[in-house]
Amino acid sequence: MLTKRIIPCLDIKDGRTVKGINFENIRDAGDPIELGALYAAQGADELVFLDITATNERRKTLAELVTRIARYVNIPFTVGGGIAEVEDVNVLLQSGADKISVNTAAFKNPGLVDTLAREFGSQCIVLAIDTRFEDGDWYVYLNGGRVKTDRKAFDWAKEAVDRGAGEILLTSMNNDGTKQGFALDITAQLSQNLNVPVIASGGAGTMEHFVDVFENAQADAALAASIFHYKEIEIPELKTFLYGKGVNVRF
Amino acid sequence: MKTAIIKYNAGNIRSVQFALDRLGVNGIVTDNPEEILSADRVIFPGVGEASTAMRYLKERNLDKLITSLQQPVLGICLGMQLLCRYSEENDTPCLGVFDVDVKRFTSPVENLLKIPQIGWNNITGLHSVMFEHVPENSYMYFVHSYYAALGADTVAITNYVINYSAALQKDNFYAVQFHPEKSAEHGSRIIENFLNL
Repeated sequence: MLTKRIIPCLDIKDGRTVKGINFENIRDAGDPIELGALYAAQGADELVFLDITATNERRKTLAELVTRIARYVNIPFTVGGGIAEVEDVNVLLQSGADKISVNTAAFKNPGLVDTLAREFGSQCIVLAIDTRFEDGDWYVYLNGGRVKTDRKAFDWAKEAVDRGAGEILLTSMNNDGTKQGFALDITAQLSQNLNVPVIASGGAGTMEHFVDVFENAQADAALAASIFHYKEIEIPELKTFLYGKGVNVRF
Repeated sequence: MKTAIIKYNAGNIRSVQFALDRLGVNGIVTDNPEEILSADRVIFPGVGEASTAMRYLKERNLDKLITSLQQPVLGICLGMQLLCRYSEENDTPCLGVFDVDVKRFTSPVENLLKIPQIGWNNITGLHSVMFEHVPENSYMYFVHSYYAALGADTVAITNYVINYSAALQKDNFYAVQFHPEKSAEHGSRIIENFLNL
């Protein structure tokens, strides 16, 4: 039986992990490869590396990093952040990334999703959506949540899937950082109405939150960052807990 | 020992090479017939579309080369599907090593089954030297929209609404639908078992 996936997310800047990390057994807390390999060994099902570098050299830096990750990490991983061109994707996949995620560039140029799916296959194209609930609905935000649009998250997700996106990574800005749980309603709406996997992101604070998003919102995967980095929840205990609650997970 | 990874127009070849690296084995990515024929082990990987891949192989006579190989061959994902008789993916006749057809997943109820299947699923009914020290019900990483049906050559089964071949084996040909190169320790063990045949 296909399992629900637990996905730690690592933010990368200039080839280093940013955001607080609290791992004593890692020699260099900033090294994304060591952290990624540790999560893989602990039973993470996939990893997401989000590049927030904003320099001209970023494509080269990122490709080098991806090659190093692919060499050491024995589970699938997705790379995202600022991907706007077919050539970006080509370089990253050739370097060893399993999937790439697109966000703002795809929204501004939806044909990019078609092109990428045709060129590389839907299975490696993850559409990331940052969304905020306001005025009675969930709206798409761009540029890392700084720019509001008047497009509803569900409509954009549906269009992107029709264009060839293979998975949706949905981040609720209302929930992100609150540790009050995932946004269950929009996650459920996407998961129940789209025939691609939905990765829920934003709001994980307790192990119960993961049960809720898998059982009540039918998410296929759940992504979190700080609770793992700060060891508030460790992956082996989370999986044991989920298993005890009847959620199908991999050991 | 020389391990060749067949180079063709399909993705994910780098990941296979890195998985071999982690086992201390240098995999040579090549489409040179002599290199492939002289290798002790041949890996036929792939993520992509069946008809384009078959066309590419035929144009380079790699189709005949692959089926003539006498050394152990490991097909992975699309590589496995291409070793079957026929694929529904764009109505493609394949290499015919394994006597089964490749079909598309269909959802019995709309949106019940997400296609492609993406993620970790368990493998059962293991009976191949590939699976030595790999426990029954181990989880492997799958990404695919098409599956090989069950048949006489099936040596592992996975269920995604229906039971299908997670692995096939016939003579010197071994094949897995999942990605051992991305399936953590158990996946690595399968590659190691293949190399140690």
